[in-house]
Amino acid sequence: MSTAAITFPAATSSSFARTLRIFLNETRYEFLRLLRTRSFSLSVIGFPVVFYIFFGLIMNRGETIHGVSVAKYMLAGYAVFGMVGAALFGIGVGLASELSAGWLELKRASPMPPLAYLLAKCVTAMAFGVVIVSILVLLGITAGHVSITLPQFARMIALVIAGVVPFAAMGMVLALLVPFSSAPGIANMIYLPMSFCGGLWIPIMFLPHILQRFALLLPTYHVAQLMLGAFGYASAGSTLSHWFGLFGFTLLMLGIAWIAFRRLEQNS
Amino acid sequence: MSLVLDVTGPAIPEAAATASTARAINIASLSNVTKRYGNGVLALDGFSLDLRAGEIVALLGPNGAGKSTAVKLLMGLSSPTSGDVRIFHADPRHTAARLRTGVMLQVGRAPEMLRVREQVEIFRGYYPNPMPYAEIVKAAGLDGIEERFFGQLSGGQKQRMLFALALAGDPDLLFLDEPTVGLDIEARRAMWAQIRALAARGKTVLLTTHYLEEADALAHRIVVINKGRLVCEGTPAEVKSLGAAAISTGDVSNEPSRSLKIIRCVTTLGEQHLLGMPGVTQVAHNGGLTTVTSSQPEATLREMLALDQQLHSLEVQSPALEDAFLALTSN
Repeated sequence: MSTAAITFPAATSSSFARTLRIFLNETRYEFLRLLRTRSFSLSVIGFPVVFYIFFGLIMNRGETIHGVSVAKYMLAGYAVFGMVGAALFGIGVGLASELSAGWLELKRASPMPPLAYLLAKCVTAMAFGVVIVSILVLLGITAGHVSITLPQFARMIALVIAGVVPFAAMGMVLALLVPFSSAPGIANMIYLPMSFCGGLWIPIMFLPHILQRFALLLPTYHVAQLMLGAFGYASAGSTLSHWFGLFGFTLLMLGIAWIAFRRLEQNS
Repeated sequence: MSLVLDVTGPAIPEAAATASTARAINIASLSNVTKRYGNGVLALDGFSLDLRAGEIVALLGPNGAGKSTAVKLLMGLSSPTSGDVRIFHADPRHTAARLRTGVMLQVGRAPEMLRVREQVEIFRGYYPNPMPYAEIVKAAGLDGIEERFFGQLSGGQKQRMLFALALAGDPDLLFLDEPTVGLDIEARRAMWAQIRALAARGKTVLLTTHYLEEADALAHRIVVINKGRLVCEGTPAEVKSLGAAAISTGDVSNEPSRSLKIIRCVTTLGEQHLLGMPGVTQVAHNGGLTTVTSSQPEATLREMLALDQQLHSLEVQSPALEDAFLALTSN
């Protein structure tokens, strides 16, 4: 391994470089670990892809409603659906597992910078999100006659990367509050209703009015609207209001995570 | 430091040097530490512990005695309610302290889909001057399982990998929590040899274990803790003697008598008679067998053999650490 050959002349000057290298290493192995964990990689990549093939490509092939391509509209929803799954299960369930097994404790006792650990998990979820979106876009273009410009695709990727953050924070809350044995179940209980109510499967304007109001509280709704906005399909709210919604949700989750972590630390 | 030595003249440097050596020897310490958890449980109650360079210290105590709290405090995973925790004269949460520390914890699961080699490389990456990979493999006995996923390992192999992670940084101070759980006798002895070799190289090892045999075989010093308080500390022999004293008098504060022995035999001599003999501190009857605890076993035996020609099934034992431990931590 090339890592073994690297020497460190001065502690202070190389400290940042070392932290960066630890972070990259941590990310690389986190990605590899999740890719090898078939129960994760197959379902997290598989579900949005299969759903999109069924509901976006087979059932609504070539259809348009009010001049909106259904295959393209659904592409946005399932892209968000895939990203949320990668974040909630990769970070939330992964963290819950490592917390319950005592693995996190061993990591915390080591000189690993804690931020490297958390960022590695975030970046890994982002990477999975990018993979999922790329597959979906490829499917849409080749099988659904969806036309996407390069700037639109770039905006999708950027949104997937930024969109991971609120769900990463939510995953942390999940891991800190829910025991590992029930974490996957609870994650699904959050994931699926939140996807439905956020308008990821059925366009938000087709949902009952009360659910449309409730959706304002859901980060899935805001990311989906931003994603649709990239195609010019956004149905409600301004871009800024959606960013504001995501920001608020992230802060709320980080706050809860902080309290939960403090409580855990005091009693462990 | 050198500046101070230059100006203060010839008398002081010696004292300063002694002081600095003494400080250098003290690797880690808990000073009068009390730890009360948020739920009100008092885990440590005025507990102190010093670790010196090159020694293997075993922390012994029943479940809930405060062992893991003490280790957690030293690892900087938890902060004391009162008292002071130092590692290399620094806060244990400081990265500089952690860079010189290796930790082996009871871990339910490591990431299962990473190979042994990959996990060791990840941990090596945390340290600027890690132990060479080949050396770790040799010391932890990972030959042949390097390419296996953690999920495929047997209990003993998992334990060896966790040991390897503790060694990864070539640390000066190691915390080993139940290091040989799940190991067969051969692997256990191999790990003991590694731990001894580490101490011989000047590394300090703090060990918690349920195997008293392990503490006896490995530790230079045993620290017995119960209900968050120090019960006693000393060499394994000293702790055994203290335990034996506790067996006979129920009091630990007695001077340890190093020659304390347990005599078992079948004899017709009565309890009062035996208690009157030199050195005898305790007599117990169990079935037909009489157990005599004596601090002067030779004198006691001479008299017993002289008075009872029919005495048979004689057995003389040093008190086992098990007995000592149970006596010290009971009530």
